[in-house]
Amino acid sequence: MKNHVLRPLWVVLGAIALLLLVRYFMVPADFGVHGESFKLSFHRLSNVDDWRNFTVKYKGNTLCIECHEENVEAHANSAHAIIQCENCHGPAENHPDNPESLALDTSRELCLRCHADLPYPSSTARNQIPPIDPNKHNPGSACVQCHNPHNPELEVG
Amino acid sequence: MSCSRRKFLKSTLKGTLAASVPLSAFRFLSPAESRAATESTGTPGTRWGFIVDTNKCVGCGFCVKACKKENEVPYDAPVTRTWVERYVVTRDGKDYIDSPMGGRDGFTDPKIRGEEIPPEEITKAFFVPKLCNQCENPPCVQVCPVGATYQTGDGVVLVDRSWCIGCGYCIMACPYGVRFFHPVYRVAEKCTFCYHRISKGMKTACVDACPFGARQIGNLLDPEDPVAQIVQTQRVAVLKDEYGTKPQVFYIGLDKNVR
Ligand code: HEC
Ligand code: HEC
Ligand code: HEC
Ligand code: HEC
Repeated sequence: MKNHVLRPLWVVLGAIALLLLVRYFMVPADFGVHGESFKLSFHRLSNVDDWRNFTVKYKGNTLCIECHEENVEAHANSAHAIIQCENCHGPAENHPDNPESLALDTSRELCLRCHADLPYPSSTARNQIPPIDPNKHNPGSACVQCHNPHNPELEVG
Repeated sequence: MSCSRRKFLKSTLKGTLAASVPLSAFRFLSPAESRAATESTGTPGTRWGFIVDTNKCVGCGFCVKACKKENEVPYDAPVTRTWVERYVVTRDGKDYIDSPMGGRDGFTDPKIRGEEIPPEEITKAFFVPKLCNQCENPPCVQVCPVGATYQTGDGVVLVDRSWCIGCGYCIMACPYGVRFFHPVYRVAEKCTFCYHRISKGMKTACVDACPFGARQIGNLLDPEDPVAQIVQTQRVAVLKDEYGTKPQVFYIGLDKNVR
């Protein structure tokens, strides 16, 4: 065959070889179809484990009883028993090792999430929670000055 | 141009050999082989599904707070994997909708986008939590040009952060707007149904955080599962059914105003 035909052919073949070489080194071995359909399951297999191994930060109420028995007991028999400890105190992560202590959020905003009065019809679930008007109910003072956050029926000692 | 018999046979042989080279690059698998190669990735016999009961939601926003902290979504960035919308409908049929910071700090102000709504005009008001629908037929996965997002065998759509090129096609493709750019990793980000928790037998962070049971997660393939039973026996709805995405997040008490 003529030279002017062969030369571009070699260039094209070289480009393909380079592409295959780059692909060989760049694409992980576990990349492929891992599931029913090519359309939805074309991926790197080990990524599923990457997501599985993500750290759990919220540990749940059952953990706390070991060390904060008093708070857990007060809380368990109260109108607030349905609220997870970590909603108000933040994720436990590896508490008490790291962090050594959890936040005490005494802001009015914490309580107003549920108790701020919204003028909605009774079909709204919010209306089952006793409402207060934040601008009229002892403005300026922290709610926990007068209410026990763990058992709001109790007086603050 | 002359062509001897010898030359013709030679060229034919060469041509046939050359043509068979690229063919050998394909592998033909028997049905059994292909089944083995496409082994499912998730927990076997599981299809994760979610229930949102809008009748129970009070708009406290603890689910959004828990999701952001659990999944390391930057807390003060205006992006979130799950959010809560407030809908207030008035007598004249107008609806007011807001979701300040995704509802992260709850809804404490009766004003919506700075607008005062006369209480006597309000006919109904409700809160609607939203999250990824983990569609059976996810458009976001189909548009990914690099195979960075995929559906696991148990039905959860995940993003491979090391493989995503950040082109944003999936963010545009999602009809529910649940995808966004992660401000730190600079890749597409979405709800994973807390894959690290559900694959350890825990509930998602948002389900655990909800004091009122407005959110539930379960296995739709297990007839004993409470979530599967609700989907089977109660009247549930999905968002934007007309898109054909087959969402696996089912809503109880969904209003027509919800978009
Ligand atoms: C293994 C024991 C242990 C467990 C389990 C534990 N804590 Fe603690 N917690 C501690 C210790 C020790 C401190 C430090 C007390 C201090 O600094 O005065 C602490 C401090 C705290 C504080 C701050 C108290 C203060 O006065 O500042 C909070 C809030 C708290 N824990 C909440 C929790 C919650 C919620 C859980 C469950 C998710 C939990 N803890 C589980 C041992 C524990
Ligand atoms: C409704 C929100 C809320 C919930 C739910 C809650 N706490 Fe608290 N907790 C607070 C607040 C606010 C304070 C700070 C009280 C103060 O400073 O007077 C506090 C204080 C504490 C303290 C510090 C010591 C004390 O008694 O003041 C501990 C320990 C604690 N909580 C543990 C728990 C545990 C364990 C649970 C779950 C069983 C829990 N909390 C649930 C809001 C909450
Ligand atoms: C997740 C929503 C939520 C949050 C946050 C919350 N509460 Fe409550 N609160 C409730 C519910 C639910 C009840 C009980 C309603 C009932 O069953 O009557 C309640 C009841 C109360 C009551 C009335 C108790 C009674 O029956 O006498 C007080 C007072 C109260 N809460 C104070 C607080 C304070 C103070 C805080 C902040 C530390 C707070 N709440 C945070 C949901 C919440
Ligand atoms: C100065 C003390 C004080 C402070 C501060 C305070 N309260 Fe109260 N609160 C009371 C007293 C006293 C009552 C009972 C009498 C009443 O109903 O007004 C009460 C009643 C309530 C009730 C029950 C209402 C009902 O209808 O049953 C709720 C809920 C409540 N407070 C929430 C809060 C919240 C949330 C905050 C913070 C934003 C707060 N309180 C701050 C003293 C206080």
